[in-house]
Amino acid sequence: MRIFLNDDAHDVDAATLAAALDSLGFGGRKIATALNGRFVAAAARPATRLADGDRIEVVAPMQGG
Amino acid sequence: MFYGVELSSRLLLGTARYPSPAVLERAIKASGAEVVTVSLRREGGNTRSGQSFWQFIQSLGLRVLPNTAGCHSVKEAVTTAHMARELFDTPWIKLEVIGDADTLQPDVFGLVEAARILAQDGFAVFPYTTEDLVVADRLVEAGCRVLMPWGAPIGSARGLNNVYGLKSLRAHFPDIPLVVDAGLGVPSHAAAAMELGYDAVLLNTAVAEAGDPVEMARAFALAVEAGRAAHLARPLEPRDMAQPSTPVIGKAVLGGV
Repeated sequence: MRIFLNDDAHDVDAATLAAALDSLGFGGRKIATALNGRFVAAAARPATRLADGDRIEVVAPMQGG
Repeated sequence: MFYGVELSSRLLLGTARYPSPAVLERAIKASGAEVVTVSLRREGGNTRSGQSFWQFIQSLGLRVLPNTAGCHSVKEAVTTAHMARELFDTPWIKLEVIGDADTLQPDVFGLVEAARILAQDGFAVFPYTTEDLVVADRLVEAGCRVLMPWGAPIGSARGLNNVYGLKSLRAHFPDIPLVVDAGLGVPSHAAAAMELGYDAVLLNTAVAEAGDPVEMARAFALAVEAGRAAHLARPLEPRDMAQPSTPVIGKAVLGGV
């Protein structure tokens, strides 16, 4: 299945958002996620199923004003 | 007092654009700030910059105020606020909905809408707004208990562009904490904001991009303290005519025409 993470295409063999993040190296990291423009809480990632063409946003803390 | 939190420092400091993390840390200390603003950005599977910044922020032991910088729509700002709340574990959000790319002027219509959604969802919203009184009314009605009017466009270093407007806002909202956010360039701008009776100032670029950010942070801290003390001491109103400061009564009469 092809998904887009921060606009980059990835072919993943993962049924859920949590599994996809793990397989792409985000396991255990301080991140927040959105799926197709909607916020997905960390606790909801294991139960959030992915579909072909899904767009995932992964963000982390950054300097800001 | 922001949303029930009492702070002793009236300077809120941004964390962006410093020459190095070490300078940032020293500047924060020199400023005495107890609240620092932060943001969030995309992170790749191989990049770790967000993780190290998170560790740095935690090591400071300060309160963080995440922003929604760069958001141009209500939906974007609301989603970003939710991600920030989880990431930084705080209901505080500096809400920015930008309406114009050149001036970074807030889209006040989107701002009010986003503020209402977020306040209903339990966020403590710090709206980055203009000095417009009616917009401010709408923000308070939407649930904001802090207002953050701009001094001037973000990063412009122009100071207080509309002193009259800021004064009116202060007079109109005596009980809402008011913070001048953005546009300050030098410490005298911060002192002026505090003399108007503003509760605090929020700045970033003026310190971060100064030749010596640490010394400039200290200078701003002194200015904020001076401006606050001056406000409490009830400054004079300007007048048109001179008034001798030395009493005339009892002056020796020495003649001459």
